Amino acid sequence: MKVFASTAAHGLTRYAALAALALALSAAPAMATTIERVTSPGGIEAWLVHEPAVPLVVVSFAFDGGAAQDPDDKAGTANLMTSLLDEGAGPYDSKAFQERLDRKAVHLSFHAGREHIQGSLRTLSENKDEAFDDLRLALTAPRFDAEDVELNRAQTLSGLRRQLKSPSDLASLRWWQTAYPGHPYGRPLGGTLESVPGISIDDLKAFAHKVLARDHLKVAVVGDIDAATVKTMLDRVFGELPAHAELKPVPPAIAQGLGRRVAVDLDVPQTVIDFGGPGIARNDPDFFAAYVVNHILGGGTFSSRLYQEVREKRGLVYSVSDTLLWFNRSAVFFGSTATRADRADETINLISNEIHQLAETGPTADELAKTKAYLNSSFVLNLDTSDKVAALLVQLQLDHQPLDYMDYRKKMIDAVTLADARRVAKRLLDGGLLFTAVGRPSALANASPPSGGAGGPRPALMPSSGMVGGGEVH
Amino acid sequence: MSRSTCDHGLLDKILLNKAAPGAASATRLAIAAAFILTLSASAAPAANGPEVADFKLANGLEVVVLPDHRAPVVTHMIWYKVGAADETPGKSGLAHYLEHLMFKGTQTNPGNAFSQTVAAIGGQENAFTSSDYTGFFQRVPREHLKEMMTLEADRMTGLVLTDEVARPELNVVLEELNMRVANNPGAQLGEQMDASLYLNHPYHRPVIGWRHEVEKLDSKDALAFYRRFYSPNNAIVVVAGDVTPDEVKADAEATYGKVAARVEIGPRLRPSEPIQDAPRRVTLADPRVEQPSVSRYYLSPSSTSAKPGESEALEILANVLSGSNGRLYRTLVLDKGIALNAGAFYTDTALDYGKFGVFASPKPGVKLHELELALDAALAEVIAHGITADELERAKTGLIADAVYAADNQATLARWYGAGLTTGETVDSIRTWPDRVRAVTAEAVQQAARHWLDARRSVTGYLVKDLKPEENRS
Repeated sequence: MKVFASTAAHGLTRYAALAALALALSAAPAMATTIERVTSPGGIEAWLVHEPAVPLVVVSFAFDGGAAQDPDDKAGTANLMTSLLDEGAGPYDSKAFQERLDRKAVHLSFHAGREHIQGSLRTLSENKDEAFDDLRLALTAPRFDAEDVELNRAQTLSGLRRQLKSPSDLASLRWWQTAYPGHPYGRPLGGTLESVPGISIDDLKAFAHKVLARDHLKVAVVGDIDAATVKTMLDRVFGELPAHAELKPVPPAIAQGLGRRVAVDLDVPQTVIDFGGPGIARNDPDFFAAYVVNHILGGGTFSSRLYQEVREKRGLVYSVSDTLLWFNRSAVFFGSTATRADRADETINLISNEIHQLAETGPTADELAKTKAYLNSSFVLNLDTSDKVAALLVQLQLDHQPLDYMDYRKKMIDAVTLADARRVAKRLLDGGLLFTAVGRPSALANASPPSGGAGGPRPALMPSSGMVGGGEVH
Repeated sequence: MSRSTCDHGLLDKILLNKAAPGAASATRLAIAAAFILTLSASAAPAANGPEVADFKLANGLEVVVLPDHRAPVVTHMIWYKVGAADETPGKSGLAHYLEHLMFKGTQTNPGNAFSQTVAAIGGQENAFTSSDYTGFFQRVPREHLKEMMTLEADRMTGLVLTDEVARPELNVVLEELNMRVANNPGAQLGEQMDASLYLNHPYHRPVIGWRHEVEKLDSKDALAFYRRFYSPNNAIVVVAGDVTPDEVKADAEATYGKVAARVEIGPRLRPSEPIQDAPRRVTLADPRVEQPSVSRYYLSPSSTSAKPGESEALEILANVLSGSNGRLYRTLVLDKGIALNAGAFYTDTALDYGKFGVFASPKPGVKLHELELALDAALAEVIAHGITADELERAKTGLIADAVYAADNQATLARWYGAGLTTGETVDSIRTWPDRVRAVTAEAVQQAARHWLDARRSVTGYLVKDLKPEENRS
């Protein structure tokens, strides 16, 4: 269940955290030097890091088929289905199932993103057998009992109503709607006040049957467990799932609405601003150069250009940053910030100018050298807990990266030249920007260019789940 | 899965971070918040957990080392025993403002040289402020620990501030206030409830400060506060990660050891609470509220101020009441079907007072007053009949497992020790926490409930959209 799911700002965070995770690799850290590829007798594969120092086991996994697979008129199906996976399974109703988890301190969580259903299991190693059974039941025999469905539906609707008044949720929602009109990527992950009531129990069961399958499954295991035990676990937990998922194709798409500044009126003291434009695909030869350029623009350190110009020099905002996001069929760069209403205009123009300037002149040699050094040495910070390592190993598999990714990544970053960075800065940042701003209209009117989307009649706001703007990177 | 988490931002006393530089920042914030909740609902590492070394330098600086050799990473934190509760009345927000200004440079390392260094070596950094402590940290590849200590030791007494850098930073802080409080009615209610709960103790003021006072802060205030509280004999360094106590000791002596204590630090005496005789009620009405809620804070002891066993009993009580198997969720959400969410929390990590909280969000159509009566009935049941042996056992299992899970995360562990030690606990009391949890009896839990869930020492808060007569009654 996902009561009052986090805001869109957190959605961005999730994206970015994953992106950072997947890319923040280079040297060879202790906990991840020994990644083993393990295949069960039944043919299910997992990446394993055997680390017995702490007596726990983490199993993380992802299935293809997130909210992008929602039926067109039933947005929110993936989200609602996922929220019910721990609400009773097999012989155990919701109460009994939750009690089983609690009794052994087993932590089980699921999350629906745009293109994947992801989950994670954490258990003390002494309880792993029962924990694996819990996971098997949750995935292969979820009950979707009527009263649990109705409660989760009510909780979801409550969250959607709250988002109608949340500036960060609305900014993100409108950004994705405008960038991907009529495309699954533009749809609110949690659905809408109109769509969620129409999702039936049969819809939920059908969705689970279609996506929870073995052929698009990625698994990572980290902790106090050896390869032989993992092999047995894989067949036991995932072996009963259908062999093949039934996924509908998602059409390729490019972010739209470039050059627009979309305003949403909301009576709040602080205006929330989202911005971004088309990105670069994960498997594009320019990807690593784009990653470097983006880090210089708005990556997560106190020295990025946006942080320095918008926050440090002018005190306009508390936070400003952007990140690369990628999906199976599209990619964007996407950022967020917030400032008081009478400075929204100035902030938007400043961000716009900074992006334009980086596109035109590219980074300096000094910036490039520092950023490459940063990206190469910072990766170990993402490998000091079992949860982080497991999340990384799943992400690398989703991104079709090699088992020796750490060496590969360093090689790719080292290879980025100043000429590459300049060329890719232009390619990444010169395609036009879409801004959404949610706040008091007095300031927003100024922020809207004559040709922009603000000022005129606006379509009714569509609520979305807490996962708006969130989802897994790909 | 946030059933046990207080929603609507009602849980204040959240740590305020220096920065949310990018996506990672919201994550850090979430971690900080989660951390507070974890602390309330969980434990320090078990006695069989990692080795802890603890020593003092000649200048009075305490150093704690938590070795974890799984990844070549180190978390370096310095904790000052000063927070918002130590501010002079009229200067609320000063501790937090100074925390921000600590990034503005010293004579030796002017401007953002410190942050530049952290970025150059691939590190992460941030800072946070609570009522009782102010902390700064870096997470870096292990070989850079001494460099971080050198920079942090320099910053302990070498801060240089001008109005030119302090003024824009005040705007940053005001934007942080907008983001956390002004844009969030739930957080506003939390502030009002704290102000009502603590009649005389400075915990009644928000860590971020009251806006009208924050607006008037300047660099002179900050420097005076800095000179009064930032000194080695008022600080604790916590180092967690791939290090040995011996090397940390040598590095600490060569860096921090050179800083002379510059003030005498007396006992931290704050005004205490009078006898509280009258239940208080506050209602916050805001058109942005889409999901009403009721919550209550009870004045309670902290782990430092509690009688032996009392804080642990309150911890178990909170655990039994909260979570998807908790009394409140089961009773109000599942059995009576009148709430969408319900739970409890206990914040024990504080110098003077803790806080025990309960909360619930009604289903559409259910009146807050009706929900409050049901909440009271559930609490009365625990007071009258105590908890079951099964509930006691499950709570203990969960709390003790959390200690193992925490050992998987060096940053979490470092935070536990830092927060505990700056609020009056000792290394030994933190280490033996699981043993004390094991010793709690059902009778002790009932006794704690009877004594501390006393309406006369409480404030009840309603979060509503508008002031209908029903919601406004008291």
